[in-house]
Amino acid sequence: MRALIAAIGILLGWEAFVRWSEVPPFLLPSPIRVGNVLWTRWDILIGHAGTTLTEILLGMVFGSLLGVSTALLLTAWRGGRRWLLPLLIASQAIPVFAIAPLLTLWMGFGLASKIAMATIIIFFPVATAFYDGLRRTEPGWLDLATTMGASRTAILWRVRVPAALPGLASGLRVAAAVAPIGAVVGEWVGASSGLGYVMLQANGRSQTDVMFAALAILATMAMVLWFVTDLLLRRMLPWQPDALSEDTSR
Amino acid sequence: MAPDLGLILPVVQLGGRPVLGACELRFGAGQVTALLGPSGVGKSTLLRLLAGLMPLPAGARILPGDGGTLAGRIAWMGQQDLLMPWLDLRGNVALGARLRGQKPDLARADALIQAVGLAGREKARPAELSGGMRQRAALARTLMEDRPFVLMDEPFSAVDAPTRHRLQGLASGLLAGRTVLLVTHDPLEALRMAHRVLVLRPGPNGAVAEDLVLPASPPLRAATDPAVLTAQAALLDMLADAA
Repeated sequence: MRALIAAIGILLGWEAFVRWSEVPPFLLPSPIRVGNVLWTRWDILIGHAGTTLTEILLGMVFGSLLGVSTALLLTAWRGGRRWLLPLLIASQAIPVFAIAPLLTLWMGFGLASKIAMATIIIFFPVATAFYDGLRRTEPGWLDLATTMGASRTAILWRVRVPAALPGLASGLRVAAAVAPIGAVVGEWVGASSGLGYVMLQANGRSQTDVMFAALAILATMAMVLWFVTDLLLRRMLPWQPDALSEDTSR
Repeated sequence: MAPDLGLILPVVQLGGRPVLGACELRFGAGQVTALLGPSGVGKSTLLRLLAGLMPLPAGARILPGDGGTLAGRIAWMGQQDLLMPWLDLRGNVALGARLRGQKPDLARADALIQAVGLAGREKARPAELSGGMRQRAALARTLMEDRPFVLMDEPFSAVDAPTRHRLQGLASGLLAGRTVLLVTHDPLEALRMAHRVLVLRPGPNGAVAEDLVLPASPPLRAATDPAVLTAQAALLDMLADAA
């Protein structure tokens, strides 16, 4: 509710600023103008939004799966830690944006290169957050499981993994927030549809209002994605301690 | 009744420093032996050696009175309740079987939950239980393992005094017949629950264990018993002297 009031306040301020300062619309279009574009060109924009959303969602699925399996591999296999971990960290020294043209070159202008881009950008936060969680199992739980005669596999699946799920959840929240970046950057480098493509085209034609409309859709999508992810994670991990939530029912 | 438990140790070193002196100890069959001593003297080390959580030094031997091995025959209860927050109470009590890939005996789990006074809370997650209730759940989980030897590392140190007092009574009854080694910082706890009290005193070649003379009455002793209070004073003196 407060967020809504704040948003309306910002929009009103923006509208007032545009009217008062008489900024030309190609520099800063008024919110009403952007709203108008959203309304009249909805049919085209929604198609592009669909493309971007598909890229984001598939990127999240693949990136999360890859991140989770990497973290498990690093935990379960000692050799993996020695060989894979330095590689993993070195891979993050390469800016993801720098390899976007390469991905487009290799995988074409279609969905694949954008999904790859989103996957790469999501992979690292998921892998590191989950791996951190897997490493930091409460030592007392491990002692207890050992005295109970649990095998290494049982300890991994029944103690380490559940204990690391809150960590994984943080990784997935970050993933939900950065996934749109991956998709849009991929589209900027070369695409025939998607919100990033719309923005690039509109920019070239000084249709700043269209750019803003695409941006508004993208921002809305990113926010909805984050909130849905957050809600799902809370539902799935009801035991996760949350000191900031209002019902600390202890 | 559970067999007794012998332990032969050479000097145990931790980080190049002798912690436990060479010793031969025997913990009475079906009895509670309390182990006290200043912090860092090696009480937990002794317990962890027995629990298989630390590699045994060369020359050390663990000798259960029936000639068997100790592996797979101990139950462990730690300082914290160590309940898994993602499992409900029943799942936590039946944890051991699940970890070994066996089918847990849920009827027995429920009976133990009832025995520790938590009937009706089987579906509750640990976060919904009070500190005392969680420690009772941990006790039920320890008993669920149904082992002849029970190793307890300050099991009730995290709860308030009245709760601790009640838990001692409950644990004493439910652990009867098992050979228990109880590490504690609480002299009264040791005097109420134990058949034998050992005080570890640090020495140049590692800590050595000394016996405390106990009141003639068997445990569980009343905290109001004058003999217990006299022994408590003596034990406090011994601990202060050892520190």
